[in-house]
Amino acid sequence: MKYTVALTLAAALVASPVLAAGTPQEERQLTMKSVGQAMGTLAKTAKGEINYDAAAVAKAFQTMNDATKNFVEKFPEGTETGHDTEASPKIWSDRTGFESAVDKFGNDTSNAVAAAPQDLDAFKVQFGKVAKNCSTCHEAYRVKKN
Amino acid sequence: MIRRIFITAVLLAIVAAVAAWFLSAPTTLSQTAFADLPDADLARGEEMFWAGGCNSCHAAPGAKGDEKLVMAGGLALKSDFGDFYAPNISPDKDAGLGNWSFSDFANSMKMGVGRDGEHLYPAFPYTSYTRMDMQDLNDLWAYMKTLPASSNVAPAHELGFPFNIRRAVGLWKRLYLKSGSVVRFASSDEAIQRGQYLVEGPGHCGECHTPRSLIGGLKLDVWLSGAKNPDGEGVIPNITPGGGLKSWSAGDIAYYLESGFTPDFDSVGGSMVSVQANMAKLPAADREAIAAYLKAIPAHGNGY
Repeated sequence: MKYTVALTLAAALVASPVLAAGTPQEERQLTMKSVGQAMGTLAKTAKGEINYDAAAVAKAFQTMNDATKNFVEKFPEGTETGHDTEASPKIWSDRTGFESAVDKFGNDTSNAVAAAPQDLDAFKVQFGKVAKNCSTCHEAYRVKKN
Repeated sequence: MIRRIFITAVLLAIVAAVAAWFLSAPTTLSQTAFADLPDADLARGEEMFWAGGCNSCHAAPGAKGDEKLVMAGGLALKSDFGDFYAPNISPDKDAGLGNWSFSDFANSMKMGVGRDGEHLYPAFPYTSYTRMDMQDLNDLWAYMKTLPASSNVAPAHELGFPFNIRRAVGLWKRLYLKSGSVVRFASSDEAIQRGQYLVEGPGHCGECHTPRSLIGGLKLDVWLSGAKNPDGEGVIPNITPGGGLKSWSAGDIAYYLESGFTPDFDSVGGSMVSVQANMAKLPAADREAIAAYLKAIPAHGNGY
Protein backbone atom coordinates (compact mmCIF):
# COMPACT_ATOMS: atom_id res chain seq x y z
CA MET A 1 0.00 0.00 0.00
CA LYS A 2 2.73 2.41 1.04
CA TYR A 3 4.63 1.55 -2.12
CA THR A 4 1.60 2.09 -4.28
CA VAL A 5 1.07 5.53 -2.83
CA ALA A 6 4.73 6.38 -3.19
CA LEU A 7 4.82 5.12 -6.75
CA THR A 8 1.65 6.96 -7.66
CA LEU A 9 3.08 10.13 -6.15
CA ALA A 10 6.36 9.66 -7.94
CA ALA A 11 4.58 9.04 -11.21
CA ALA A 12 2.44 12.10 -10.67
CA LEU A 13 5.53 14.19 -9.98
CA VAL A 14 7.29 12.96 -13.08
CA ALA A 15 4.22 13.44 -15.22
CA SER A 16 3.14 16.68 -13.62
CA PRO A 17 4.73 19.04 -16.13
CA VAL A 18 2.64 17.43 -18.84
CA LEU A 19 -0.55 17.07 -16.85
CA ALA A 20 -0.44 20.45 -15.17
CA ALA A 21 1.63 22.62 -17.44
CA GLY A 22 0.10 25.68 -15.87
CA THR A 23 1.00 28.94 -17.48
CA PRO A 24 0.82 29.47 -21.24
CA GLN A 25 4.57 30.16 -21.25
CA GLU A 26 5.27 26.73 -19.77
CA GLU A 27 2.72 25.03 -21.99
CA ARG A 28 4.20 26.35 -25.18
CA GLN A 29 7.71 25.47 -23.97
CA LEU A 30 6.57 21.88 -23.42
CA THR A 31 4.98 21.83 -26.85
CA MET A 32 8.21 23.01 -28.42
CA LYS A 33 10.14 20.37 -26.42
CA SER A 34 7.93 17.69 -27.99
CA VAL A 35 8.71 19.12 -31.42
CA GLY A 36 12.43 19.07 -30.59
CA GLN A 37 12.22 15.43 -29.57
CA ALA A 38 10.39 14.50 -32.76
CA MET A 39 13.00 16.44 -34.71
CA GLY A 40 15.67 14.34 -33.01
CA THR A 41 14.15 11.18 -34.48
CA LEU A 42 13.81 12.75 -37.92
CA ALA A 43 17.26 14.38 -38.04
CA LYS A 44 19.02 11.23 -36.86
CA THR A 45 17.13 9.31 -39.53
CA ALA A 46 18.19 11.84 -42.17
CA LYS A 47 21.82 11.62 -41.01
CA GLY A 48 21.68 7.83 -41.17
CA GLU A 49 22.42 7.52 -37.45
CA ILE A 50 19.36 5.33 -36.96
CA ASN A 51 17.86 2.83 -39.37
CA TYR A 52 14.89 3.91 -41.42
CA ASP A 53 11.67 3.18 -39.54
CA ALA A 54 8.56 4.32 -41.40
CA ALA A 55 6.36 4.04 -38.30
CA ALA A 56 8.71 6.10 -36.11
CA VAL A 57 8.98 8.72 -38.83
CA ALA A 58 5.20 8.92 -39.21
CA LYS A 59 4.81 9.26 -35.47
CA ALA A 60 7.35 12.08 -35.33
CA PHE A 61 5.65 14.02 -38.13
CA GLN A 62 2.33 13.48 -36.34
CA THR A 63 3.77 14.80 -33.04
CA MET A 64 4.84 17.95 -34.85
CA ASN A 65 1.46 18.32 -36.46
CA ASP A 66 -0.27 17.90 -33.11
CA ALA A 67 1.96 20.62 -31.70
CA THR A 68 0.57 23.14 -34.18
CA LYS A 69 -3.00 22.58 -33.01
CA ASN A 70 -4.13 25.41 -30.71
CA PHE A 71 -0.49 26.51 -30.64
CA VAL A 72 -1.18 30.19 -31.32
CA GLU A 73 -3.66 30.22 -28.42
CA LYS A 74 -0.74 29.55 -26.10
CA PHE A 75 0.44 33.10 -26.77
CA PRO A 76 -2.33 35.22 -25.20
CA GLU A 77 -1.85 38.90 -24.39
CA GLY A 78 -0.05 39.26 -21.07
CA THR A 79 2.34 36.35 -21.61
CA GLU A 80 4.97 38.38 -23.44
CA THR A 81 7.39 37.94 -20.55
CA GLY A 82 7.99 35.61 -17.61
CA HIS A 83 8.95 31.96 -17.15
CA ASP A 84 12.11 32.45 -19.24
CA THR A 85 10.02 32.90 -22.35
CA GLU A 86 11.97 33.39 -25.54
CA ALA A 87 8.92 34.55 -27.43
CA SER A 88 9.69 37.59 -29.56
CA PRO A 89 7.48 40.70 -29.12
CA LYS A 90 6.82 40.26 -32.85
CA ILE A 91 4.41 37.43 -32.02
CA TRP A 92 2.07 40.09 -30.70
CA SER A 93 2.98 42.96 -33.02
CA ASP A 94 2.81 40.79 -36.16
CA ARG A 95 0.13 38.30 -35.18
CA THR A 96 -0.89 37.53 -38.77
CA GLY A 97 2.66 36.70 -39.77
CA PHE A 98 3.09 34.49 -36.73
CA GLU A 99 -0.19 32.65 -37.31
CA SER A 100 0.58 32.04 -40.96
CA ALA A 101 4.01 30.66 -40.02
CA VAL A 102 2.35 28.21 -37.62
CA ASP A 103 -0.24 27.33 -40.30
CA LYS A 104 2.53 26.61 -42.76
CA PHE A 105 4.20 24.27 -40.28
CA GLY A 106 0.81 22.59 -39.76
CA ASN A 107 0.36 22.12 -43.51
CA ASP A 108 3.88 20.86 -44.16
CA THR A 109 3.71 18.32 -41.33
CA SER A 110 0.22 17.22 -42.33
CA ASN A 111 1.48 16.67 -45.90
CA ALA A 112 4.40 14.68 -44.54
CA VAL A 113 2.07 12.46 -42.53
CA ALA A 114 -0.13 11.93 -45.60
CA ALA A 115 2.88 11.19 -47.82
CA ALA A 116 3.84 8.38 -45.38
CA PRO A 117 7.35 8.00 -46.83
CA GLN A 118 8.49 4.38 -46.94
CA ASP A 119 12.16 4.87 -47.70
CA LEU A 120 14.96 7.29 -46.93
CA ASP A 121 14.87 9.16 -50.25
CA ALA A 122 11.13 9.77 -50.09
CA PHE A 123 11.55 10.78 -46.46
CA LYS A 124 14.25 13.34 -47.18
CA VAL A 125 11.91 15.25 -49.49
CA GLN A 126 9.35 15.65 -46.71
CA PHE A 127 11.99 16.21 -44.04
CA GLY A 128 13.55 19.07 -46.00
CA LYS A 129 10.22 20.88 -46.30
CA VAL A 130 9.32 20.36 -42.65
CA ALA A 131 12.74 21.24 -41.21
CA LYS A 132 12.86 24.61 -42.97
CA ASN A 133 9.95 25.75 -40.81
CA CYS A 134 12.07 25.66 -37.65
CA SER A 135 14.55 28.31 -38.66
CA THR A 136 12.08 30.42 -40.66
CA CYS A 137 9.81 30.81 -37.66
CA HIS A 138 12.64 31.19 -35.13
CA GLU A 139 14.32 33.82 -37.28
CA ALA A 140 11.43 36.19 -36.77
CA TYR A 141 9.58 35.06 -33.66
CA ARG A 142 12.11 33.88 -31.10
CA VAL A 143 14.62 35.93 -29.14
CA LYS A 144 17.42 34.34 -27.14
CA LYS A 145 17.50 35.96 -23.71
CA ASN A 146 20.33 34.12 -22.00
CA MET B 1 47.08 87.51 -16.39
CA ILE B 2 43.55 86.46 -17.38
CA ARG B 3 44.38 87.51 -20.88
CA ARG B 4 47.44 85.26 -20.88
CA ILE B 5 45.42 82.26 -19.61
CA PHE B 6 42.83 82.88 -22.27
CA ILE B 7 45.39 83.03 -25.05
CA THR B 8 47.05 79.83 -23.78
CA ALA B 9 43.69 78.05 -23.69
CA VAL B 10 42.87 79.11 -27.24
CA LEU B 11 46.30 78.00 -28.46
CA LEU B 12 45.93 74.64 -26.74
CA ALA B 13 42.50 74.17 -28.28
CA ILE B 14 43.91 74.92 -31.71
CA VAL B 15 46.77 72.48 -31.19
CA ALA B 16 44.30 69.80 -30.03
CA ALA B 17 42.02 70.41 -33.01
CA VAL B 18 44.93 70.24 -35.46
CA ALA B 19 46.19 67.03 -33.80
CA ALA B 20 42.70 65.48 -33.90
CA TRP B 21 42.41 66.43 -37.55
CA PHE B 22 45.65 64.71 -38.45
CA LEU B 23 45.04 61.70 -36.21
CA SER B 24 41.59 61.17 -37.70
CA ALA B 25 42.73 61.28 -41.34
CA PRO B 26 41.63 58.30 -43.46
CA THR B 27 44.51 56.09 -44.55
CA THR B 28 44.50 53.74 -47.52
CA LEU B 29 46.47 50.67 -48.60
CA SER B 30 49.86 51.17 -50.20
CA GLN B 31 50.38 50.10 -53.79
CA THR B 32 52.60 47.21 -52.69
CA ALA B 33 49.53 45.52 -51.18
CA PHE B 34 48.27 45.01 -54.72
CA ALA B 35 51.50 43.57 -56.14
CA ASP B 36 51.72 39.98 -57.42
CA LEU B 37 48.05 39.09 -57.07
CA PRO B 38 47.13 35.99 -59.07
CA ASP B 39 44.17 36.10 -61.46
CA ALA B 40 40.84 36.10 -59.66
CA ASP B 41 39.16 32.72 -59.12
CA LEU B 42 35.36 32.95 -59.18
CA ALA B 43 34.77 29.68 -57.33
CA ARG B 44 37.01 30.78 -54.46
CA GLY B 45 35.32 34.18 -54.57
CA GLU B 46 31.93 32.57 -54.15
CA GLU B 47 33.21 30.67 -51.09
CA MET B 48 34.37 33.96 -49.59
CA PHE B 49 30.92 35.40 -50.31
CA TRP B 50 29.29 32.66 -48.21
CA ALA B 51 31.98 32.86 -45.52
CA GLY B 52 31.55 36.63 -45.33
CA GLY B 53 27.78 36.48 -45.38
CA CYS B 54 27.49 39.71 -47.38
CA ASN B 55 23.85 38.92 -48.15
CA SER B 56 22.84 38.75 -44.48
CA CYS B 57 22.94 42.56 -44.41
CA HIS B 58 23.13 43.67 -48.05
CA ALA B 59 20.27 41.66 -49.62
CA ALA B 60 16.92 43.43 -49.53
CA PRO B 61 15.12 42.93 -46.19
CA GLY B 62 13.08 39.72 -46.37
CA ALA B 63 14.83 38.49 -49.54
CA LYS B 64 14.30 34.79 -50.27
CA GLY B 65 16.02 32.27 -52.56
CA ASP B 66 17.81 33.89 -55.50
CA GLU B 67 16.94 37.37 -54.21
CA LYS B 68 19.64 36.67 -51.65
CA LEU B 69 22.15 37.19 -54.47
CA VAL B 70 20.96 40.73 -55.20
CA MET B 71 22.93 43.09 -52.97
CA ALA B 72 20.28 45.82 -53.14
CA GLY B 73 20.82 47.13 -49.61
CA GLY B 74 18.25 48.86 -47.43
CA LEU B 75 18.31 46.72 -44.30
CA ALA B 76 18.15 48.85 -41.14
CA LEU B 77 20.50 48.12 -38.24
CA LYS B 78 19.02 49.95 -35.28
CA SER B 79 21.94 50.40 -32.88
CA ASP B 80 22.62 52.45 -29.77
CA PHE B 81 24.41 54.95 -31.99
CA GLY B 82 21.59 55.48 -34.45
CA ASP B 83 20.10 53.73 -37.47
CA PHE B 84 22.50 52.38 -40.05
CA TYR B 85 21.24 51.31 -43.47
CA ALA B 86 23.13 48.67 -45.42
CA PRO B 87 24.10 50.23 -48.76
CA ASN B 88 23.53 48.80 -52.21
CA ILE B 89 26.75 46.89 -53.07
CA SER B 90 25.44 45.33 -56.29
CA PRO B 91 27.30 46.09 -59.54
CA ASP B 92 24.84 48.86 -60.49
CA LYS B 93 26.79 51.87 -61.78
CA ASP B 94 24.58 54.50 -60.14
CA ALA B 95 23.14 52.90 -57.00
CA GLY B 96 25.83 50.29 -56.30
CA LEU B 97 29.55 49.64 -56.70
CA GLY B 98 29.54 49.52 -60.52
CA ASN B 99 32.17 52.26 -60.78
CA TRP B 100 34.44 50.94 -58.05
CA SER B 101 37.87 49.49 -58.74
CA PHE B 102 39.36 46.56 -56.85
CA SER B 103 41.52 49.09 -55.02
CA ASP B 104 38.38 50.94 -53.83
CA PHE B 105 36.86 47.66 -52.67
CA ALA B 106 40.02 46.50 -50.86
CA ASN B 107 40.30 49.87 -49.09
CA SER B 108 36.72 49.60 -47.87
CA MET B 109 37.21 46.04 -46.61
CA LYS B 110 40.65 46.41 -45.01
CA MET B 111 40.82 50.09 -44.09
CA GLY B 112 37.16 51.09 -43.71
CA VAL B 113 37.57 53.85 -46.27
CA GLY B 114 35.00 54.56 -48.98
CA ARG B 115 35.57 55.43 -52.62
CA ASP B 116 35.64 59.17 -51.93
CA GLY B 117 38.28 58.71 -49.25
CA GLU B 118 35.75 59.02 -46.42
CA HIS B 119 35.64 56.88 -43.28
CA LEU B 120 33.02 54.16 -43.30
CA TYR B 121 31.11 53.43 -40.13
CA PRO B 122 32.08 50.17 -38.41
CA ALA B 123 28.50 48.84 -38.66
CA PHE B 124 30.21 47.54 -41.80
CA PRO B 125 32.51 45.02 -40.08
CA TYR B 126 35.84 46.01 -41.63
CA THR B 127 37.38 45.51 -38.18
CA SER B 128 37.13 41.79 -39.07
CA TYR B 129 37.51 41.98 -42.85
CA THR B 130 40.81 43.77 -42.34
CA ARG B 131 42.27 40.33 -41.52
CA MET B 132 41.37 38.95 -44.97
CA ASP B 133 44.01 37.98 -47.52
CA MET B 134 44.29 40.24 -50.55
CA GLN B 135 43.89 37.22 -52.82
CA ASP B 136 40.60 36.27 -51.15
CA LEU B 137 39.40 39.86 -51.51
CA ASN B 138 40.37 39.85 -55.18
CA ASP B 139 38.43 36.61 -55.74
CA LEU B 140 35.43 37.91 -53.79
CA TRP B 141 35.42 41.16 -55.74
CA ALA B 142 35.45 39.26 -59.04
CA TYR B 143 32.53 37.12 -57.86
CA MET B 144 30.51 40.09 -56.62
CA LYS B 145 30.80 41.69 -60.07
CA THR B 146 28.97 38.67 -61.51
CA LEU B 147 25.91 39.19 -59.27
CA PRO B 148 22.76 40.94 -60.55
CA ALA B 149 22.68 44.76 -60.46
CA SER B 150 19.95 46.54 -58.52
CA SER B 151 18.99 50.19 -58.93
CA ASN B 152 17.61 50.38 -55.38
CA VAL B 153 18.83 53.47 -53.55
CA ALA B 154 19.36 52.59 -49.89
CA PRO B 155 18.51 55.27 -47.28
CA ALA B 156 21.29 57.31 -45.68
CA HIS B 157 22.31 56.52 -42.09
CA GLU B 158 20.38 58.38 -39.40
CA LEU B 159 22.82 59.13 -36.62
CA GLY B 160 22.64 61.64 -33.79
CA PHE B 161 25.44 63.88 -32.52
CA PRO B 162 28.31 63.10 -32.04
CA PHE B 163 28.14 59.90 -34.08
CA ASN B 164 27.24 61.82 -37.21
CA ILE B 165 30.77 63.30 -37.29
CA ARG B 166 32.27 60.92 -39.81
CA ARG B 167 35.80 62.23 -39.38
CA ALA B 168 35.74 61.07 -35.73
CA VAL B 169 35.62 57.45 -36.95
CA GLY B 170 39.34 57.99 -37.71
CA LEU B 171 40.07 58.33 -34.00
CA TRP B 172 37.91 55.29 -33.26
CA LYS B 173 39.89 53.28 -35.80
CA ARG B 174 43.13 54.14 -34.01
CA LEU B 175 41.72 52.32 -30.98
CA TYR B 176 39.87 49.46 -32.63
CA LEU B 177 41.02 48.73 -36.18
CA LYS B 178 43.64 46.01 -35.66
CA SER B 179 44.75 43.62 -38.35
CA GLY B 180 46.55 41.05 -36.16
CA SER B 181 45.06 37.75 -34.93
CA VAL B 182 42.86 37.95 -31.85
CA VAL B 183 43.80 34.59 -30.31
CA ARG B 184 47.37 33.32 -30.07
CA PHE B 185 47.77 29.56 -30.23
CA ALA B 186 50.77 27.59 -29.06
CA SER B 187 50.21 24.86 -31.68
CA SER B 188 49.95 25.33 -35.41
CA ASP B 189 47.14 22.88 -36.13
CA GLU B 190 46.02 23.48 -39.70
CA ALA B 191 42.30 23.15 -39.05
CA ILE B 192 42.47 25.57 -36.12
CA GLN B 193 44.39 28.05 -38.24
CA ARG B 194 41.86 27.84 -41.05
CA GLY B 195 39.06 28.20 -38.50
CA GLN B 196 40.80 31.21 -36.99
CA TYR B 197 41.00 32.89 -40.36
CA LEU B 198 37.34 32.20 -41.14
CA VAL B 199 36.03 33.27 -37.72
CA GLU B 200 38.26 36.29 -37.08
CA GLY B 201 38.33 37.45 -40.70
CA PRO B 202 35.61 36.95 -43.31
CA GLY B 203 33.10 35.25 -40.98
CA HIS B 204 33.22 38.31 -38.68
CA CYS B 205 31.65 36.21 -35.88
CA GLY B 206 33.15 38.48 -33.22
CA GLU B 207 31.16 41.47 -34.41
CA CYS B 208 28.00 40.12 -32.75
CA HIS B 209 29.39 37.48 -30.36
CA THR B 210 31.87 39.78 -28.57
CA PRO B 211 30.80 42.51 -26.13
CA ARG B 212 31.57 46.13 -27.02
CA SER B 213 32.85 49.14 -25.12
CA LEU B 214 30.71 52.26 -24.60
CA ILE B 215 31.92 53.68 -27.89
CA GLY B 216 31.31 50.45 -29.76
CA GLY B 217 34.77 48.87 -29.89
CA LEU B 218 35.09 45.11 -29.52
CA LYS B 219 36.50 43.96 -26.17
CA LEU B 220 39.03 41.54 -27.60
CA ASP B 221 40.09 40.29 -24.14
CA VAL B 222 36.68 38.61 -23.78
CA TRP B 223 36.52 37.49 -27.40
CA LEU B 224 33.34 35.62 -28.45
CA SER B 225 31.98 35.58 -24.90
CA GLY B 226 28.54 36.72 -26.01
CA ALA B 227 26.97 40.16 -26.04
CA LYS B 228 23.79 42.15 -25.91
CA ASN B 229 22.12 41.99 -29.31
CA PRO B 230 23.55 45.06 -31.09
CA ASP B 231 20.40 45.36 -33.18
CA GLY B 232 17.40 44.73 -30.94
CA GLU B 233 16.21 42.58 -28.08
CA GLY B 234 17.92 39.67 -26.41
CA VAL B 235 21.46 38.40 -26.40
CA ILE B 236 23.97 36.84 -28.79
CA PRO B 237 25.34 33.68 -27.15
CA ASN B 238 28.74 33.05 -25.63
CA ILE B 239 30.45 30.69 -28.09
CA THR B 240 33.65 30.12 -26.11
CA PRO B 241 34.14 26.80 -24.28
CA GLY B 242 33.00 28.69 -21.15
CA GLY B 243 29.47 29.19 -22.46
CA GLY B 244 26.64 27.08 -23.78
CA LEU B 245 28.94 25.32 -26.25
CA LYS B 246 30.87 23.69 -23.39
CA SER B 247 28.95 20.44 -23.80
CA TRP B 248 29.03 20.50 -27.62
CA SER B 249 31.56 18.39 -29.49
CA ALA B 250 33.35 19.80 -32.52
CA GLY B 251 31.07 17.55 -34.57
CA ASP B 252 28.00 19.14 -32.94
CA ILE B 253 29.21 22.62 -33.88
CA ALA B 254 29.92 21.60 -37.48
CA TYR B 255 26.50 19.92 -37.71
CA TYR B 256 24.80 23.03 -36.35
CA LEU B 257 26.50 25.18 -38.98
CA GLU B 258 25.46 22.70 -41.66
CA SER B 259 21.88 21.97 -40.60
CA GLY B 260 20.84 24.67 -38.13
CA PHE B 261 20.13 22.11 -35.40
CA THR B 262 21.63 22.05 -31.91
CA PRO B 263 22.53 18.75 -30.22
CA ASP B 264 19.06 18.90 -28.58
CA PHE B 265 17.47 19.46 -32.00
CA ASP B 266 16.46 22.95 -31.12
CA SER B 267 16.93 25.16 -34.17
CA VAL B 268 18.92 28.20 -35.13
CA GLY B 269 17.03 31.47 -34.67
CA GLY B 270 17.23 35.24 -35.05
CA SER B 271 19.97 36.80 -37.15
CA MET B 272 21.95 33.52 -37.00
CA VAL B 273 19.45 31.93 -39.41
CA SER B 274 20.88 33.81 -42.36
CA VAL B 275 24.46 33.23 -41.16
CA GLN B 276 23.88 29.50 -40.84
CA ALA B 277 22.27 29.29 -44.29
CA ASN B 278 25.48 30.81 -45.70
CA MET B 279 27.74 28.56 -43.61
CA ALA B 280 25.85 25.55 -44.96
CA LYS B 281 27.19 26.46 -48.42
CA LEU B 282 30.84 26.24 -47.35
CA PRO B 283 32.91 23.07 -47.87
CA ALA B 284 32.46 20.69 -44.91
CA ALA B 285 36.17 21.08 -44.05
CA ASP B 286 35.62 24.80 -43.41
CA ARG B 287 32.77 24.14 -40.97
CA GLU B 288 34.95 21.56 -39.22
CA ALA B 289 37.78 24.11 -39.07
CA ILE B 290 35.48 26.68 -37.44
CA ALA B 291 34.41 24.03 -34.93
CA ALA B 292 38.04 23.13 -34.16
CA TYR B 293 38.86 26.80 -33.58
CA LEU B 294 35.85 27.36 -31.30
CA LYS B 295 36.84 24.35 -29.18
CA ALA B 296 40.42 25.67 -28.90
CA ILE B 297 39.87 29.32 -27.90
CA PRO B 298 40.08 30.57 -24.29
CA ALA B 299 36.93 30.04 -22.21
CA HIS B 300 35.13 33.11 -20.84
CA GLY B 301 32.02 33.63 -18.74
CA ASN B 302 29.07 35.28 -20.45
CA GLY B 303 29.98 38.71 -21.75
CA TYR B 304 26.46 40.13 -21.42
